[in-house]
Parts: sequence; C-alpha cells; structure tokens
Amino acid sequence: MDGIHDVGGMHGFGPIDRDDPALESWEATVIAINNASMRAGLMNIDEFRHGIERMDPAHYLSSPYFEHWLDGITRVLIEKGHVSADGLQRRVELFEEEPDTRFEAVADAPTFEGRARFRYERDATAPARFAVGDAVRMRTAHVRGHTRLPRYARGKPAVIHTVHGVHVFPDTNAHGLGEQPTWLYSVRFDTADLWSDDAESDGQSIYLDAWEPYLLPRDSVTNEEEEGENARG
Amino acid sequence: MGKDHPNVEDYVISRVRALESILIEKGLLSEDAVDAVVQRYEEDTGPLLGARAVARAWLDPAYRIRLIEDAPAAIAELGGTAEELRVMPNEDGVHNMVVCTLCSCYPWSVMGLPPKWYKEVAYRSRAVVAPGAVLAEFGLTLPESTEIRVWDSSAELRYMVLPQRPGGSEGMDEEALAALVTRDSMIGVAQPAVPERVV
Repeated sequence: MDGIHDVGGMHGFGPIDRDDPALESWEATVIAINNASMRAGLMNIDEFRHGIERMDPAHYLSSPYFEHWLDGITRVLIEKGHVSADGLQRRVELFEEEPDTRFEAVADAPTFEGRARFRYERDATAPARFAVGDAVRMRTAHVRGHTRLPRYARGKPAVIHTVHGVHVFPDTNAHGLGEQPTWLYSVRFDTADLWSDDAESDGQSIYLDAWEPYLLPRDSVTNEEEEGENARG
Repeated sequence: MGKDHPNVEDYVISRVRALESILIEKGLLSEDAVDAVVQRYEEDTGPLLGARAVARAWLDPAYRIRLIEDAPAAIAELGGTAEELRVMPNEDGVHNMVVCTLCSCYPWSVMGLPPKWYKEVAYRSRAVVAPGAVLAEFGLTLPESTEIRVWDSSAELRYMVLPQRPGGSEGMDEEALAALVTRDSMIGVAQPAVPERVV
C-alpha cells in the first residue's frame, strides 16, 4: 500500500538525528510481545508489517519506533481475534489506574531464548524467470494491500544482480492468502533512472530485493502485458 | 516500569502493559522475557558478533571468502546463527551502505539492536537518493570516484557491510581488530576506528 511507511526518496524530513538512547524497558517489552506473538503463530512477519503500515500517517511520523510495533501488533491481534478490543481497552484502563498491577505467568510459559527464528526460503517448484544480467522493469501496480515494492522503484528499469532462491511472498502472506513462494532477486538501479536530475552522481547504484511478480522483462513487454498481469494480480 | 520513559506518554506504557498481561495470561509470555530481551540484544549480541566476523575476515583471507559467499555458514563458525545474512565487502573504489526504506530491517542476529536513526524517516528517505550527503552528515567523505552501493533490504535477507581494514592495524590480533569494527562501519555510514597508536 502507498502508506506513510514508504519513505524512500521523500523530501523534507530534515537532517539525521544521531542521538541513540538505550533501550527503555517498555520497548524491550514490545520486542518480547512481538517475539511471543510470532513464536506462538498469532501473526506472521508480513501481517505485522502490514499492521504498522496502516497506522494513522500523522501518528506514524510523530510516535517512537516501538510504538509502531505496538500499534501494528495490537491491530493484527485484534483483527485475527486473538485479543478482544474491548478486553484490551479495559485492561489499558486498569493499568492507567493501577500501573503496578501484576499478572502471574502460568508455570510453563516459555522463557525468551532469543528472537524467534523463521526461515522464509522454500524449495523451488518452477525455474526462475530471470537470470543474472537480465534487463527488467519494475511493475507499476498500485497495490492496495501489503507489498514490498517501494514507490520509488515502480516502473523503473533495473538489472538482475542476484538470484536468491524461492521465498515466501509477502503480498499474499500478509493477507491470509498463503505463502505462495516465488523467486526472489536483488535488482540494481542506476540512480539517474530513479531520480533523474536529482541524482547525486553517476557513481551510485541502488539495490533492492524484489520478488518475481514485481518484475517484467524490460524490452519484450507491452503495456498490454502489464495491464493483463495487473488484472490477474 | 514508569520511571524510564520521559518522552513516552503514560498511555503508551499502559497499552504495552495491557497487551503484555494478556499474553502472560494466555501462557505465551513469561515475566522475565523483558530482562531476557535486554540481556540478549544489549549485553550478549551488541554488534560484537558482526565485529568478530569482520576481524577474522581481515586476518584470514579464506574466512573472508566464506563470509562473502556464505555468510550464514561463516557466522555459524563463530557459534552464531544468521540464516538470512548477506555480507557486502567494501573495496578500493566501492563503498556499501545499508538501509530499509519500508521499515527497518537490520541484522539483529549479528549486530544487536539497530540505532534509533536507522529506524527513522530522515535516514530511510535520504539514503537511497542522497547517499553521499548522508555519509557526509556522518562525517564520511569518500573520493569522488568511489562507487556507492546502497542496499535497500526489502525482503527477509539482512545486509552487513564488510569494511576495509584500517591502516595502522598491522600485527593486531582478532580481539584488538574487532574492537575497531564499529556498528556504524557495518551499516556502511562510517569507517572502522583508527588504531590508537596511529592517531
């Protein structure tokens, strides 16, 4: 989706603030909540990201990073029925009134043993459509749901730099439509193609990881083919 | 909790506690999980595992090749796990830097917690369009002839930069070299620290 999260190339956010405070305990709690939710299968990584993308845009820009996580996780857990909105609200009110309330963990609750690890590579069931060096063009589809094809890359020419193997496809996995694993590539862009006269210099390249459905052969493709693929997609 | 969040509204803290308490009741989370997060990412990992890999690559050309060609296996040699890692070597005339424009993907398994600026929109928006200016803001000015390669980590792959070994570090052992490998040099916004004796 064309959300506020998709900031690559945007202007106006000012200089980089390099202040880097230590992790606060509420932030560590959010990390633990995220880890537990993924480990228990309550949500997957793509649902989580899409949950964040749907934050109110003004709130996204004005809130600390781990509040993005909190907002995204909460949205997904409520949507999927793992947490009730009313129950959560009552619990929030309880902590507002009694911040020191404690809830005892059940005896066999899992302890935290590092971040939940998941593998996203799958076995190939079909050959890759593209090979290293192939000239491609990024799709222009205006995807309403989750996608990992950023705005700045859409419609742009690129070259296949690496063929990574077959990976879970976020655009379906975020929406309960299954993993639909597909080939993943790194593609290389010339900055002049991305930014025209705003490119800093010739000696720069941008590399993006892109799933096969984001790519079309550059020269053989007509607008009709892309429209056809978009219609199917 | 409640004393260490001067910039966060109490309402946010209450929302965190509320969700935490529900997962605790469900038996999905234990109360010591928070301490374990801090232990894991701030004390155990930090950027240390990545720094050790870089230092070993500087000392051992065969390890360097393994780190570049199969980073997960090379990290496993150090006792770590980083199944998704890709390592991009800086060379004379080539400089790599890493960003995630869509969110904040970062190789936690070898570099610990990402710095705050890495997750914020100023860096994420500009790294892909003005990488030279961004590097200059970090105090890193490269020769004009240097090719800058920016890796926008949009998939479940994680990128780490293998910086070049600094001059003056001849004869140093792995531990001493690892101490030169800063987190920022593995993101690609800085060079490794210069050994004290040549400062």
